[in-house]
Amino acid sequence: MEYVNPEGLRLDGRRPLEMRQLRAEIGVVARADGSAVFEMGNTKVIAAIYGPREVQNKSQQINDQAVVRCEYSMANFSTGDRMRKPKHDRRSTEISLVIRQTMEACILTHLMPRSQIDIFVQVLQADGGTRSACINAATLALADAGIPMRDLVTSCAAGYLNTTPLLDLSYVEDSAGGPDVTVGILPKLDKVTLLQMDAKLPLDTFETVLQLAIEGCKAVANYIREILLENTKQLEFRRGV
Amino acid sequence: MEQRLANTWRMTVNEKKFIETALHSDLRIDGRRPFDYRELTVKFGREDGSSEVQLGLTHVMGFVSSQLVQPYRDRPNEGTLSVYTEFSPMADPSFEAGRPTESAVELGRVIDRGLRESRAVDTESLCVVSGKFVWSIRIDLHILDNGGNLVDAANIAALAALLTFRRPECSLGGEDGQEVIVHPPEVREPLPLIIHHLPVAVTFAFIGDENMVVIDPTHFEEGIMGGRLTATLNANGDLCAIQKAGGDGVMQSVIMQCLRIASVKAADITAKIRKAVDSYNTERALSKIRRQPASVAVQVTEPNQIEVKELISKHKEKLMLKSEEGGASHSDDMEIEAQSSEQDKSRRRDSTSKSFVGGPLSWDPYSKGVDFEELQASIASRVKVAPVEKLEKSRSDEPYKGESPKLLADSSTSLLSDEKAATGLQIEKEKTLKDAVKPKHKRKKKASTNTDAS
Repeated sequence: MEYVNPEGLRLDGRRPLEMRQLRAEIGVVARADGSAVFEMGNTKVIAAIYGPREVQNKSQQINDQAVVRCEYSMANFSTGDRMRKPKHDRRSTEISLVIRQTMEACILTHLMPRSQIDIFVQVLQADGGTRSACINAATLALADAGIPMRDLVTSCAAGYLNTTPLLDLSYVEDSAGGPDVTVGILPKLDKVTLLQMDAKLPLDTFETVLQLAIEGCKAVANYIREILLENTKQLEFRRGV
Repeated sequence: MEQRLANTWRMTVNEKKFIETALHSDLRIDGRRPFDYRELTVKFGREDGSSEVQLGLTHVMGFVSSQLVQPYRDRPNEGTLSVYTEFSPMADPSFEAGRPTESAVELGRVIDRGLRESRAVDTESLCVVSGKFVWSIRIDLHILDNGGNLVDAANIAALAALLTFRRPECSLGGEDGQEVIVHPPEVREPLPLIIHHLPVAVTFAFIGDENMVVIDPTHFEEGIMGGRLTATLNANGDLCAIQKAGGDGVMQSVIMQCLRIASVKAADITAKIRKAVDSYNTERALSKIRRQPASVAVQVTEPNQIEVKELISKHKEKLMLKSEEGGASHSDDMEIEAQSSEQDKSRRRDSTSKSFVGGPLSWDPYSKGVDFEELQASIASRVKVAPVEKLEKSRSDEPYKGESPKLLADSSTSLLSDEKAATGLQIEKEKTLKDAVKPKHKRKKKASTNTDAS
């Protein structure tokens, strides 16, 4: 199957180095301390943050830092065929672990000892790159909740099909069996925190694809900063400053 | 989502500082350098497809089993591969019986990704009837002792088990040709899986703030590490999977450097796995050989000039007895020549000692001592190199070729008959020690001694 046609266009009309359209909104879940919706093309994800609050399970309390918990789930209606078991299957458990450890790296947990921060991420529409969208949404939601962080964490995926590195894979491109590199970075510190890859790829090609994904992450970071600035202006306006 | 922190063992601040300070001088607490792997041993169980891996203090067992199932709807002519992990509570105080924890699921998925997405195991060859019956390969990994770096050890266990696993042969039959008949191993020799390449996992731990990286962390180092990177590569330099699930951020350059080191280590580990599997296969093949009557025995006198494979095949033809004696005279040759590779020697010795079925201490090659006549004969025959060798080769090839179909056809009853044959021959041997062993050699010996004498 041709994923990049001779004119250089992908299946959805994008260029190989083009990201999908990003859209984000903050403060969508009124009850939560922080929340956000993040869309990357057709992939739509909602994140809600509860915390810092008292640890519910006293045995899990850590005396010098906050406990971060994360739950990733996909809505039954998020994929083409209705999902049987959205929560607690192996893939969801692994992604929950991955998101938790990624956010833990950027949250300044030592400032909130004996407390708990809950991150709930729900996929509403899945079209490839759900992991990245979840991390981006969680970053926005954490910023909305006012939780101190070292840096934003932004994530993007890249692949390699028809000997072309492609940025931001959609579901069709992802299920083509080619490599899928998901990267999460701390943009200001320029450090890679999340890195996952599957399928075979020679080492030099991998470096190209990794570089491409990092560029994508930086583009997402710029967008997130814009959104946060916009949000702050709105808050100032509402306070009558 | 639950993190069972109740049983978690925490590192003290002192231990953390000690490990980090030692790492500043490129020294790890178990004496290794930052990029040294621990000692790796791969052992196999009695059944096909069971392996036991020890990486330092980490102990993992792998089992592979197969079953005929219906394929997935979107892949009707491909078999399936699934990885299950069992984190036994005896391995670590924080492991709990029952539902797998997040880290257990992660380990299973990392190994699964390395094998499945990189197409290491050929799934299309596992199809029996498209859309109806395919072989489902199930890999079970049991963690017995958590000494750190479970991913690498479990991955090696999975690879070793896959390489030695044999699935039963099946054929289509029945009235409409749609019924699948699975042949038991006694009737038809089970088949190995087709494995294209070996994806080996190499884990790095990031400790401290100053980009300190160590390979193959122990559980102490895992307790204080800030982040972990597992790279799965094969010996051809392809990257099969990477898993860095959050944790401390690292520079891109550090990651690329780690991957380059990982490719070197992966080649190393692949070689070790293959070596272990090869020696297991040889030993297993030898134990299945039927015992043949005395006339067929072939005496190899020039171990160096004949390929190792041929040597081993020749050993297969010999009786237990004869191979013992062959081993004895081989050792003589070697002592005299001092040229044969150590590997050949030890392999032959190992195969002969392992293929020992039963009998008294007369099996010991050294207990008989060196027979002077034999020694003389072997020296003499070695002098006459070219014509003797060619003659021998042609003679040995024929019986071997004749042997192979027989071997393949009937392997289970062979063991029993072997024992009987062995004991029977033993009695025979006690009568004519020198004669029974090397009839050819004897003939040549006679010829050579005659010519020498003259």
